[in-house]
Amino acid sequence: MSAPELPPYARALDIGVAKNPPELIGGAPILSMPFSEKVQGRPGFLHGGAISGLLEMAAIAAIHSALIEAGNDAPIKQANVTIDFMRGGLPEMTYAQGKIARLGRTMANVSAFAWQGDPDRIIAQGHMHYLIGGKKPD
Amino acid sequence: MSDTSGPTDNPVGGMPVGGDKFDPEMANQMMGNIGHSGFIGMNYVGHGDNWVELAFDWREDLVADTQSGIIASSAVISLLDNACSLSIWTRLGYFRPQVTMDLRLDYLRPSPSGERVYGKGVCYHMTKSVGFVRGIAHNGDPEKPLAHATGTFIRVGNMLK
Repeated sequence: MSAPELPPYARALDIGVAKNPPELIGGAPILSMPFSEKVQGRPGFLHGGAISGLLEMAAIAAIHSALIEAGNDAPIKQANVTIDFMRGGLPEMTYAQGKIARLGRTMANVSAFAWQGDPDRIIAQGHMHYLIGGKKPD
Repeated sequence: MSDTSGPTDNPVGGMPVGGDKFDPEMANQMMGNIGHSGFIGMNYVGHGDNWVELAFDWREDLVADTQSGIIASSAVISLLDNACSLSIWTRLGYFRPQVTMDLRLDYLRPSPSGERVYGKGVCYHMTKSVGFVRGIAHNGDPEKPLAHATGTFIRVGNMLK
């Protein structure tokens, strides 16, 4: 699977495609985000917004990969996102991966999961809807 | 569980009310200049009994797409997360440790290149342990929103353990 080109915001937070993921889960690319001052919320913990950013980027990477695989490099537009925060993000490397529930012609239902040391201990999950083909929500 | 009747009442548990009332501008000065909030550059704009408005300026490294210059949706999440969190303490009148339980954003339109992004968080209900919030993001005219948010924050006992 080709490495997705990440947007400036993702690069600013040092989000990258994980070269050595702690455990290969298969499917969509696994993204990584190192801990830094730029992603810190309350002292010693990740900011929820930074975790959300990583989840959104992982979801987008999952759709792009799936679209490219399907031979359809259509632009996508995000309609909404719901994020559940389950555990405080510790000052260490965070990983995230998107999972497509349905990739239709006009929209995609995607989830993304973030973890740190243990992929089974999810720190946050996101559920997103994307419009495919650059259609506006209105 | 009952609603608060005013920001200085304290029927919802937590620390006793005393001393200075929670000041969202001062709180943002302390929290908005460091960490992720400092990276985005969140400024205090205004507040009322149960709401707080923050904003950040457009910047090249906050965009989702280099060609269009539209702001990354994730930066809007961060802004509304902070504004909504502050709105709960503002309504309470004091600080109590809490974390975001969930947050939903509906993206109505992109935030164009060069435009300052405003985020207003409103705490519309409080219980002993949960703060219920709504938020709106816009580019200067709240009548032309770019995103709507809704979420909940849960009170935590000891965040620093």
